[in-house]
Amino acid sequence: MTRDILLDVAGISKSYPGVKANEDVSFKIGVGEVHALLGENGAGKSTLVKMIYGLVKPDEGRMSLRGKAFAPSAPSVAREMGVAMVFQHFSLFEALNVAENVALGMENPPPMRELAARIRAVSEEYGLPLDPSRMVGDLSAGERQRVEIIRCLLQDPKLLIMDEPTSVLTPQEVEILFKTLRQLSAEGTAILYISHKLEEIRTLCDAATILRRGKVVGSADPRQSTARELAEMMVGATLTPPERKATAKGDVMLGVTEVSVASPIPFGTSLKDVSFTVARGEVLGIAGVAGNGQDELLLALSGELKTAPDKVRINGRAAGDFGPAERRRAGLVAAPEDRYGHAAAPDMSLVENAFLTGAIRRNLSRNGFIDWPATRAFADEVIATYDVRTPGNHVAARALSGGNLQKFLIGRELDQTPEVIVINQPTWGVDAAAAAAIRQAILNRAAEGAGVVVISQDLDELLEIADMFAVLNEGRLSKPRPVKGLTIDEIGLMMGGAHGMEVAHHAEA
Amino acid sequence: MLRLEKRPNPSQFWQYGTPVVAVLLTMVVGGILFAMLGKDPFAVIKTIFWDPLFGEFAFYLRGQLLVKAGPLILIAIGLALGFRAGIWNIGAEGQYIMGAVIGASVGLAAYPTESRLIFPAMVIAGAFGGWLWAMIPAILKTRFNTNEILVSLMLVYVAETILAKAATGFLRNPDGAGFPGSRNFSSYKAASNPELIAGSGLHWGGVAALVTAVLVYILLQRHILGFQIKLAGQAPRAARFHGVNPTRLVVFCMGVSGALAGMAGLFEVTGPAGQISIDFNSGYGFTAIIVAFLGRLNPIGIVFAGLLMALTYVGGEMAATNLGLPSAAIQVFQGMLLFFLLGVDVLGNYRIRLVKGA
Amino acid sequence: MMDFGSINPAVLIASLMVAAVPIMLAALGELVVEKAGVLNLGVEGMMIVGAIAGFITAVSTGSPVLGFVGGAAAGAALSLIFAFLTQFLLTNQVATGLALTLFGLGLSSLTGQGYNGIKPPHTGAVPFGPLADIPFFGRVLFSHDWVVYFSIFMVALIWWVLKSTRLGLIIRAVGENHDAAHSLGYKVNRIRLGCITFGGAMAGMGGAYISLVRVPQWVDGITSGAGWIALAIVVFASWRPWRVLIGAYLFGGITVLQLNLQAAGSAIPVEYLSMAPYLITILVLVIMSSGRGKASLSAPASLGQNFHASS
Repeated sequence: MTRDILLDVAGISKSYPGVKANEDVSFKIGVGEVHALLGENGAGKSTLVKMIYGLVKPDEGRMSLRGKAFAPSAPSVAREMGVAMVFQHFSLFEALNVAENVALGMENPPPMRELAARIRAVSEEYGLPLDPSRMVGDLSAGERQRVEIIRCLLQDPKLLIMDEPTSVLTPQEVEILFKTLRQLSAEGTAILYISHKLEEIRTLCDAATILRRGKVVGSADPRQSTARELAEMMVGATLTPPERKATAKGDVMLGVTEVSVASPIPFGTSLKDVSFTVARGEVLGIAGVAGNGQDELLLALSGELKTAPDKVRINGRAAGDFGPAERRRAGLVAAPEDRYGHAAAPDMSLVENAFLTGAIRRNLSRNGFIDWPATRAFADEVIATYDVRTPGNHVAARALSGGNLQKFLIGRELDQTPEVIVINQPTWGVDAAAAAAIRQAILNRAAEGAGVVVISQDLDELLEIADMFAVLNEGRLSKPRPVKGLTIDEIGLMMGGAHGMEVAHHAEA
Repeated sequence: MLRLEKRPNPSQFWQYGTPVVAVLLTMVVGGILFAMLGKDPFAVIKTIFWDPLFGEFAFYLRGQLLVKAGPLILIAIGLALGFRAGIWNIGAEGQYIMGAVIGASVGLAAYPTESRLIFPAMVIAGAFGGWLWAMIPAILKTRFNTNEILVSLMLVYVAETILAKAATGFLRNPDGAGFPGSRNFSSYKAASNPELIAGSGLHWGGVAALVTAVLVYILLQRHILGFQIKLAGQAPRAARFHGVNPTRLVVFCMGVSGALAGMAGLFEVTGPAGQISIDFNSGYGFTAIIVAFLGRLNPIGIVFAGLLMALTYVGGEMAATNLGLPSAAIQVFQGMLLFFLLGVDVLGNYRIRLVKGA
Repeated sequence: MMDFGSINPAVLIASLMVAAVPIMLAALGELVVEKAGVLNLGVEGMMIVGAIAGFITAVSTGSPVLGFVGGAAAGAALSLIFAFLTQFLLTNQVATGLALTLFGLGLSSLTGQGYNGIKPPHTGAVPFGPLADIPFFGRVLFSHDWVVYFSIFMVALIWWVLKSTRLGLIIRAVGENHDAAHSLGYKVNRIRLGCITFGGAMAGMGGAYISLVRVPQWVDGITSGAGWIALAIVVFASWRPWRVLIGAYLFGGITVLQLNLQAAGSAIPVEYLSMAPYLITILVLVIMSSGRGKASLSAPASLGQNFHASS
């Protein structure tokens, strides 16, 4: 099938100090085409779409939309010309309601009452139920995405850009989203679909452009290519899955019994009766859509949220009322998801950040005075062992790329001879090679006898490294099950299915 | 068009360079201000910044520098600890007054006993008074999450009324023929805070300021508590992850800054001021905020900043008497200095770039 | 027992409405600033600069109305320094606000030299004719100068703008999540600049009301903490305009009652009475903030954070 060309991107380049985000990027999207933009984190996908959406201006190159020169100076211009975008990190306002959020994304919104009616109409038409008067802060991640999508659809876009839309959805919700996108495509709306998930692209997209380090390295028909071919184009190397040595199950290293804590985060999810155990050498993978209590679970395990003493037991010791420092002393280390501001202090040096959690188990202070030489040695050890690319241990944490900083932060925890390890999103935003290294390091520690809890939204990752599998859904943890023998449908149902969305598409079908 | 671009690493050069640039810019703009007031800007700047150090009366004025710098440094170091941790005690003026009132009360209660223990007891009582006054916002913050900025500031006005009551009521000199003001401490040896070396201007307050600067410097550089203070200010969530107890940190920082301000008040009232009077406080508690920032919240930097700020006070008075410069002009000058400092500070973390187009 | 009998309730209510005007105007301005996500602690400084600028303008032109315009302009001009520093040089908002107050206090005292002891032109009551003679309500509702009515009008206006207009929605959006607002293409820093200037003008006008109507003369430090009380009222009001009105009248009432009690020769010492507004401010702050973090929940989520478009 040949299509009329909708968007033509020709020779686009964009540099930031020290990095070439995009270099001579060209590709074309046809009318009604679902076009994949494929690449690893840091390949330059986000910069590229920001230029199409008018948030960033290209240094060189030109674009045309339906044959006319297209150089949007602001998102409002792009929107006017029929380009809409659903962001990966939602551009939503939690304390405002759905209708107000939608209105903010429109150039000339109708009066609120009329807008609410149109939101209802569009949401029914596309099988995305949504109540216009609800506060966005109270919505689930999937529902928030619907707000973004409806905001775009109300403006009759010719091109809809979707940045990693499925990372916040359950498998069933993904199905429904794809139905909506196919419906749009059939109606003539082109979709630029950004992802690094290959299977999704193979099921959904008509064409794919693959980016690596800011350059186009190839294009493919995803239906004709195997996932492996796409992966190798994307990564530029062959990947080896992590190895693991089989170990016999040992004693319980971490026991959590009916932990219920209120969320300290505004619009957060409280934990409800969370129970599980992790044995020596065992890796427990905890899946779930973002915002279902993952951050709270980490806080409750790291000691930032306290419980009754015997609700959390570390290596047999009641530790529920311990703070983070005492839990480290008892053998538990934790790595939170947010690297800039939670796991690390962005403006402090790597040495100071090494001290941040290493002080206790690595004996880095004496009578309250900090042993800086020993701390520097510890930081250097982590840098060397985990291949952290940095000009030195004195640089500020924020100067490191996401992947490098993550290697440092994970290494910092793993190099404390921990007995229990808790990690939230170990490889989020990390390139494939570094992610593989991090997973291998975690497995090595497990093999040495640590009990490990990995919280992640990346199902593939969990299925690769976990022995036991559980799901967090609305603050409740499912009963952990062995990974062997789990099907993706079962996992989807554990994740809460489609959050009541089946109704919509079924009614229509 | 100019654009700011975040530096990957904070600039070492600008860390030390900004205060100098800020002072120079303030001199330039301040000079324009003085010219607008009809004064010769060069003469005014010279009178403020040169004469107290090297002029005709420098032998006397240099001493005055330490007199003014002592309380500024003492208060600013305490404030800097809190500011670093993101705890905004801006009611040091009130803590300073309460330290003076409570410390003086102890001394006056002992009158006319002569004992070596009286002055140390007054210093402790002064520190206690400031600490107590700072504990009110600290406890309200930790217990009820009440904004410490507003509470500590409201308490300044309350402290001022208490001071008025003290000067005209419960601490009034019974032999003072009904005039407001307490007994003069210079005539009560056991409770006075005299100059330690004649002509130097150094009294116990100055000594305390220098000792505190060294101790706090060590605390911040080497001690885990100093690390936690910096961490809490830069990345509060990382601080909780590290294991900092926010309540204890607030109580510590507010307590130390209150106690230091209270001590400064006591040293002032027993030394340079001489007595509890209705307006013995001269706004040191507020000026110390400028000193803390000018010294880059670093104890050693604060010592220099305190001396510089004292220079503007002493030189400002000179300019007032010799050149008729209104004393409020110095206050404007000091305020401007803080603006420039904050503005120039951006260079430490950002690079300014010229970009083409809109 | 204290003697409340000598205080006429109609006069008391009428005078508390007057006493509330400066803090109400300033608090309304600051409410808009904070709704846009900016914490400007320089209210006291902008008020006092507005007080002296308004005073000088009124005295030299003979027109009190121009005086209020002058006060508002001066407050706005001063707030531009804050706006430039925080929005373009990304300085710490708390420190910059404090600097603004310190600078404003000095500047007002410098420019106010020679204006002590002068009486400004009189701002008269709006002529309501026979309405003003209605018993009780005439005194309470129809005996005021125009600024009293203007301040109430501004409460309604700001409430309506924030709640029902696109401008209000954008201001709230910027204060709620500046990154999201930026990615939708809104100019975060420019919107904030506008709000800060508006806040400065309101604070300046409030200050002018002190020196032109409340006192009415110029003395150094004339605002004596009114700007800080205005900041507290914004918290008390949980960022809602009508509650600002309630808060301001409450504090106006305390001030007036306290002055009346002093004048009536109450048994309570004068010092303790004059402490009352400050102590009650603290008490109210504690009550508002202790309700299980309620006040902090209604605070704009980006309050006090600077925005820098890094990409």
